[in-house]
Amino acid sequence: MRDASLSRALLYAVAFLLAFLYLIPLAVVLLNSLRTAEEIVQTSMIGWPRVWAFQNYTAAWADFCIAQTCSGIRPYMLNSALVTLPATLLSTLLGAVAGYAISLWRFKGDTWIFALVTLGVFLPEQMRLIPWTIVLRDVGLTNTLAGLVMIHTVQGLSFTTLFCRNYYIAIPADLMKAAKIDGAGFFRIFYRIVLPLSPPILIVTVIWQFTGIWNEFLYGVTFTTGTQQPVTAALIALSASVADVPQHGVQSAAVVIAALPTLLVYLFGGRYFVRGLTAGAVK
Amino acid sequence: MSALVIRDLHKRFGATDVLKGINLDIDNGDFTVLVGPSGCGKSTLLNIIAGLETATAGDIEIDGRVVNAIPPKDRDIAMVFQTYALYPSMTVRQNITFGMECRNVPKPQQATALERVAKLLQIEPLLARKPAQLSGGQRQRVAMGRALVRDPKLFLFDEPLSNLDAKLRVEMRMEIKQLHARIGASIVYVTHDQIEAMTMATRIAVMHQGEIQQFADPDTIYNRPANLFVARFMGAPPMNTIPARLEAHAGRPVVVVGDTHLPAPPSIAPEWLGKPVILGIRPECIAEPTRQFGDGTAPSLTITAPVEMTEPTGAETIVVLRLGGTKILARVAPDIRLVPGAPATFAVDARKLCLFDPQTERLIA
Amino acid sequence: MSHAAPSPARPLFAGLKRLPEFLVIWVPLLLSAGHVVVFTAWTTWISFTPSTLVPVDGWVGWRNYTNVLATRNWKIAFDNLLIFGAGFVILTALVGLLLAIIIDQRIRGENVLRSIFLYPMAVSFVVTGTVWSWLLNPGMGIQKLVNDWGWTSFRFDWLIDRDMAIWTIVIAGIWQSSGFAMALFLAGLRSVEADLIKAAQIDGAGPVRIYTRVILPTLWPIVIAVMVILLQFAIKTFDLVRALTGGGPGLATQLPALVVYDFMFQRGHLGRGSAAAVLMLLTLLGVLLPYGAWKYYQRRRDARA
Repeated sequence: MRDASLSRALLYAVAFLLAFLYLIPLAVVLLNSLRTAEEIVQTSMIGWPRVWAFQNYTAAWADFCIAQTCSGIRPYMLNSALVTLPATLLSTLLGAVAGYAISLWRFKGDTWIFALVTLGVFLPEQMRLIPWTIVLRDVGLTNTLAGLVMIHTVQGLSFTTLFCRNYYIAIPADLMKAAKIDGAGFFRIFYRIVLPLSPPILIVTVIWQFTGIWNEFLYGVTFTTGTQQPVTAALIALSASVADVPQHGVQSAAVVIAALPTLLVYLFGGRYFVRGLTAGAVK
Repeated sequence: MSALVIRDLHKRFGATDVLKGINLDIDNGDFTVLVGPSGCGKSTLLNIIAGLETATAGDIEIDGRVVNAIPPKDRDIAMVFQTYALYPSMTVRQNITFGMECRNVPKPQQATALERVAKLLQIEPLLARKPAQLSGGQRQRVAMGRALVRDPKLFLFDEPLSNLDAKLRVEMRMEIKQLHARIGASIVYVTHDQIEAMTMATRIAVMHQGEIQQFADPDTIYNRPANLFVARFMGAPPMNTIPARLEAHAGRPVVVVGDTHLPAPPSIAPEWLGKPVILGIRPECIAEPTRQFGDGTAPSLTITAPVEMTEPTGAETIVVLRLGGTKILARVAPDIRLVPGAPATFAVDARKLCLFDPQTERLIA
Repeated sequence: MSHAAPSPARPLFAGLKRLPEFLVIWVPLLLSAGHVVVFTAWTTWISFTPSTLVPVDGWVGWRNYTNVLATRNWKIAFDNLLIFGAGFVILTALVGLLLAIIIDQRIRGENVLRSIFLYPMAVSFVVTGTVWSWLLNPGMGIQKLVNDWGWTSFRFDWLIDRDMAIWTIVIAGIWQSSGFAMALFLAGLRSVEADLIKAAQIDGAGPVRIYTRVILPTLWPIVIAVMVILLQFAIKTFDLVRALTGGGPGLATQLPALVVYDFMFQRGHLGRGSAAAVLMLLTLLGVLLPYGAWKYYQRRRDARA
C-alpha cells in the first residue's frame, strides 16, 4: 500500500510539473504585458511586475506604430474579424450541404469527388500561392479582405465537407428511405431532418474553422499589405518594427490581444475542440 | 384486383444476381410475408417495390398501375422499418404528420388523420414526446402510426420486429395481425423469422438465393414444402430429411430407411420404385407410442429406433434418435422417460410424410 | 460501399425544378475538389516555365528543379527538415503519450490538466513563435533569468547557436502540438475494452505490464496516424519559424516552406518557387502515399477477416 501511495504522489508531482511548464509561456506573456519596457530591459522577460503598466494595453490596442501606421493593433484585429467570421460561416454552411449531398445522396463519381476534397486538406499552401495570386488579380480582389474571405472559404470547404460528411455518414439509411417515402426532397430533408441533428458537428466545425482562419499567417502576409493585413501578419510586422527600440511590454499586450479570441473560443468550446481533433484525425 | 403484381423482376449489383426473375401476384387484403435467410434478396425486393432501388429488369404494378418510373412518394405506399427510422428531432406528432406536410395536406385534415391513428394505436399520450423518450415498443407503434396515417394502397414492413425483445415481439406480432384483420390492408412483410411468417401471413413467399422457392398459404408451406430448402427452413426444429429408398412390398410402395419400412404417400409416381428418395418428416409427427394423431382415425404406425439424447423443454421433450444412420428429431410428451442409448418405440403420423427427389430436391409426393 | 442505400440512379440534371439543388451540390463540391486539381496542375506547369516576377509561357524542362536542388538554401532547408521532422515528430508523440498516460490514471483535476496541455493548440504559430523567441533569447529570456539569479556561467543560447537553433523550433513545436497527440492517444487509451484489462488483471498482470503488453499494442494504429499528421505539420511548417527565428541564424533554421516563399516573393523567381513547392508536395506524398497504402491494405485485410 505504501508503494501505491508513493507512486501516486510521484504521478501528481510529474503531472503538476508538466502543467507548470506548459503554463510558463502564457504566464510570461501575461506578466510582461503589465511591465514597462525599461523594467524588462533591466531584468529579463521573466519576472513579476514592479509597477503595473496597464497602459501597455491601451498603447497596443490604439496607439502603437506598426510600420508607418500608428493605430495600434485595433484595425488589424478588425481585419481578422472581418475575414474570419464570414469565411467561417460560409465554409461551414457550404461544407454542411456538400457533406450532406456526398454522404446521403449517392451520385456518379461521388467517391472521386470526395477523394479530391480530402486531398485538399493535405495539399500544401505553397502549391496554391501563385494560382491564388492570379485569381485574386483577375477578379480584382488583390489586397482586400474579401479576397481573403474567398480564399479561406474555398480552402475551408475541404475541412468542413470532410467533417460533415464523416458525421452525416452515420445517419441511418432507413431514415433517408422513410423521408423519401414521406415525399421530402433534397432541401426539405436537409433542413427538417439533417440540420436539426447537426449542432454537434456544426459547433466543432465552426470552432475549428474560426481558430484556423484567425491564426492563419501565410495567406495574410502574401495577399495583403499595410493596413489590410490580419493580426497575425501585423504581429510579425510589429516585432520587425520594434527591433531597434525594444517595446516588449506593449508587444506582449498585443500578443495577448491577438491570441485572446481563439483562447476564449477554446476556453468555452474546448470540449468540442477535442472532438474536432479526434473526428478529423480518425478517418 | 391485385394489390401488387411483380413480373420477371431482375436485380444485378455488378456481377452478382441478387434477384433472378421474381414473379408475384398479391391480392387485395392479403398479408404476404417474404421470408428467407439473410442475403436471399428479400430486402432488396422490398426496396424495389418501394421505389428506393431500381430493378435491372422487370415490372412492378401497384393497384393496377405500373410504377417502375414513379418515385417512392407517389407510389401510394407506406413503409415500416426495422430501425423504426423515426426522425430524431421531431416529436411523435410531427413524425406522423411529416408525410402529409410534404404533400401539402391542409392542417385540419392532418389533425383528423392524426387523431384517428393515435386512437387506433393508443399512442395519444406520446404525441408530444421525442423518439429518444420512447421505449422500443412505443417507437414501433409510432412507426406504424406513420404508415397507417397515409392510408396507402400497400403497406411495406421491413423486419419491423427484429429489434424488439422476445416478449414484446410476441405481443406486437399479435397486434399487427389484429390490425390487419381490422383494416383489411394489403401488406408485404419481410422477415427472416419463420415463426413470424407462419403466425401472421395469409400467404408466404419463401426466398432463397434471389429466387422464390414457394409461394403459398402457411399450411401448404409447412406441410407440403415445395423443396428441401423450404422443408428445412420452415419450422423449428426443422423437418427431418432422411436418405431412403422407395420399394414395392406386397404391391404397395414402401419407404425403406435401414430396417424401417414406412408406407409411401399414395401420390408417389410408380417410376420412383427402386430409386433413392429423401424422406421428409416433421419432428412432431414422431411421438410417444400412445399418441393418437389427427382425430384418432389415422392408421397407427410405430417405429423402433435407438435414443441418443433427450432435451426437455418443459412443454415437451425433444428426442434425438438414429434412424437408418441419420440423426433425426422427435417431439414427445414431457412425462415420457427415455434412456439414452436404449432403443425405444415411437408413433409416426404416416399422413404427413413427404418425399423429395435427391437430385432436384423437389417435392415428389 | 459504406452506405447501404444506393438511391435510384439519378440523372445529374433533371429539369429546372432541380436547379437549386444542383447548384447547391455542385458549386461547393466543384470549388473544393476543382481548385485542388487545377491549382496543383497550375503550379506544376509554372515550375516548368522560365517565369520570374510574373508567370510566363515557355518550357525549360527540369531546369528550375535542378537549380533549386543545387542551391545551398534548399539543401540546408531539406537537411533541417530531416532533423526537425524526426525530432519534432518523435518527441511530440512521446510527450503526448506521456501526458495521455498520466491523464489516463483517473487523477483528480483531469479536466484542468487536459485543458492546460491542450491550450497551446488554440494559439497561432505566430504567437507561439514570438513568445518562445523571447523565452529562448539568451539576452532576455531563461538564460538571463538564471544568470541574474547568480549562476552566471549558465548558458542556454540555442537560439543564436547555428548547430542547435533548429531544436528551438522543435521545443516550440512540442509545446504547441503535444496536446494534440495527447488528445488522440487518450481517446485511444480510453477505447481499450474494459474486459481486456479485467482479463489481464485476473491473469495477474501489474499496471505497468498491462500498459506495455495489453494497452499500448492496441494503440499502434493511432500512434502511426498521429505521427503521419505531425510529419505533415512538420513539412508545412512556416509561420513558427518566421516568428521564432526568421530562418536564422544564417540559414540554420531554414525549412522548405520558407525557401518556396523566398523564391516566389523575395527573389521574384516564380518558376523556381513553384519547383520548390512541387518538391514539397512530393515530400508530403512520400509520407501520405505509404500511409494511405497501409490503411488500404489494412481495410482490405479486415474486410476479408
